[in-house]
Amino acid sequence: MATLEIRDLHVSVEVDNGTKEILKGVDLTVKQGETHAIMGPNGSGKSTLAYSIAGHPKYTITSGTVTLDGEDVLEMSVDERARAGMFLAMQYPVEVPGVSVSNFLRTSATAIRGEAPKLRTWVKEVKGAMEQLQMDPAFAERNVNEGFSGGEKKRHEILQMELLKPKIAILDETDSGLDVDALRQVSDGVNRVRETGEVGTLLITHYTRILRYIKPDFVHVFSAGRIVESGGPELADTLEAEGYEKYTKGGVSA
Amino acid sequence: MAEAQNLPVGSTTAGSVAVAAESTVATRMSAPPSFDVADFPVPHGREEEWRFTPLDRLKGLHDGTAKADGALKAEIDAPDGVTVESVGRDDARIGKAGTPVDRVAAQAFSSFEKATVVSVPKEQVLDQPVRVTLHGEGGTTFGHTVFDIGAFAEAVIVIDHTGDAVRAANVDFIVGDGAKVTVVSVQDWDDTAVHVSQHNALIGRDATFKSVVVTFGGDLVRIHPRVNYAGPGGEAELIGLYFTDAGQHQEHRLLVDHAVPHCKSNVVYKGALQGEGAHAVWIGDVLIEAAAEGTDTYEMNRNLVLTDGARVDSVPNLEIETGEIVGAGHASATGRFDDEQLFYLQSRGIPADDARRLVVRGFFAELVQQIGVPDIEERLLAKIEAELAESV
Repeated sequence: MATLEIRDLHVSVEVDNGTKEILKGVDLTVKQGETHAIMGPNGSGKSTLAYSIAGHPKYTITSGTVTLDGEDVLEMSVDERARAGMFLAMQYPVEVPGVSVSNFLRTSATAIRGEAPKLRTWVKEVKGAMEQLQMDPAFAERNVNEGFSGGEKKRHEILQMELLKPKIAILDETDSGLDVDALRQVSDGVNRVRETGEVGTLLITHYTRILRYIKPDFVHVFSAGRIVESGGPELADTLEAEGYEKYTKGGVSA
Repeated sequence: MAEAQNLPVGSTTAGSVAVAAESTVATRMSAPPSFDVADFPVPHGREEEWRFTPLDRLKGLHDGTAKADGALKAEIDAPDGVTVESVGRDDARIGKAGTPVDRVAAQAFSSFEKATVVSVPKEQVLDQPVRVTLHGEGGTTFGHTVFDIGAFAEAVIVIDHTGDAVRAANVDFIVGDGAKVTVVSVQDWDDTAVHVSQHNALIGRDATFKSVVVTFGGDLVRIHPRVNYAGPGGEAELIGLYFTDAGQHQEHRLLVDHAVPHCKSNVVYKGALQGEGAHAVWIGDVLIEAAAEGTDTYEMNRNLVLTDGARVDSVPNLEIETGEIVGAGHASATGRFDDEQLFYLQSRGIPADDARRLVVRGFFAELVQQIGVPDIEERLLAKIEAELAESV
């Protein structure tokens, strides 16, 4: 069973007048089949955690380890991490002009699976997944994220999650900017992948709303660059009722 | 002008739409069109038509010091029915399609020895392309070629430039009434070559002219396709692709002069740039003169900057003297293949080189498909792959 282990992770970024430490010792273990929600106020470093694990060049790991089944993730290039089974659904997916969704998905699936999927089954697979996410088939011929609405971008991210079948999926504020219908469709997509029991999910969110649709096994409160409290689903209810104030007092929130 | 260096994706270079009694395109040239090189002052580099061109790399084509000391191997593969003649400059077909508009074009006209005239008889529909292969064997040459396409004839012409050369030439296309012509000019020179060429198309009534300009090679390439209409109902489609590498200067200057009613023009040029000192220039001038009612025109230039150190100058310019038109528009945009796009594609398991290839192939694919000459399309795609393999 695949396990992602994050140990004492410290991460910095370059700022105008030097470097700034964003993550200050994160410890977390996510196993295949589990769903962890990471909740926290804006600026607490949640997204930095997601992008650092995925290998975004903007972030410098200053100490700590990230391993997937014992393999050193931090030593891998961004694409190697993806091929090892990591997936990041981004909050702000970028436009890639000139590359159609269908071409992109097939290229990506070929890279992840190590061979080109058989055309006939692939077409059926993509079509089915798009239908379930209520995506118009014409979508496949559009350029990646070009002119997509916020909801379309998120559906497209979850479409990729369904097709690429990662071992560990990190969903960075996938719920942000979605209306209730879109949130439900996107959550259904995530749940379909979770129900296979093959994916460990790290759900990063600011709001408890998405947790009504995607039930976490564990909830972690993130503040000032580290996990400050962990618990079961009931912790989300407490946060819903009380907010983040008790974690951000004393000016630890950025 | 608009310098489009290091702009984020989707940013648009500034163009201009002028409503003018007198064409600024004509007035901003340093001299009126002429067949005589002596009518043009030697450019110093600040003239509107020369300000983007590194004159010191023109090997003297612009200042009279270039001498016709070179060799260019020319082969013409003409299908049955097509005639090829070698004529003097007094032949009536020479210069009929257009007049040199700058000093290098006039120098070429003043310096060539014999012109080549390739004729397709009226109503002849060619089932094979006319293929002109020009292979530079070093040194300077001047040339003049006329393609005279009879009324209602149909022809595909492929002009291929390879090897090393300093070449100044004028190429004329006389497109008869109702004729359909596709011309593909491939600049696949060695990286040392200098090539300056004015293309003049005179499009007959209800005729269709498609120009495809493909520039990969050369140290300095400056192509100047120009379109005039001899009667109403003409259609011009001008397609261009370029892949500008480190140190290369590739310049494409388009002019479409709508002086007669009910003609169409569509200009699409796309270029990718990579490497230090890669410089692409695109000038798109479209004139809609007062008499040209019912004109329908659009021009677009897109650039994809793959690395730091490359520079794009893209200047669309539309001058409209009548409001009685179907449509007129232009667009220019320069985007960068940036770290965020690379990260996104890599985060989906796609290695960096493949990601770059995916983006560039996607960028050009649509345009390549419009060429309509299969062997050229395949060669182009292979060439793009090769260029990418050399990259960074």
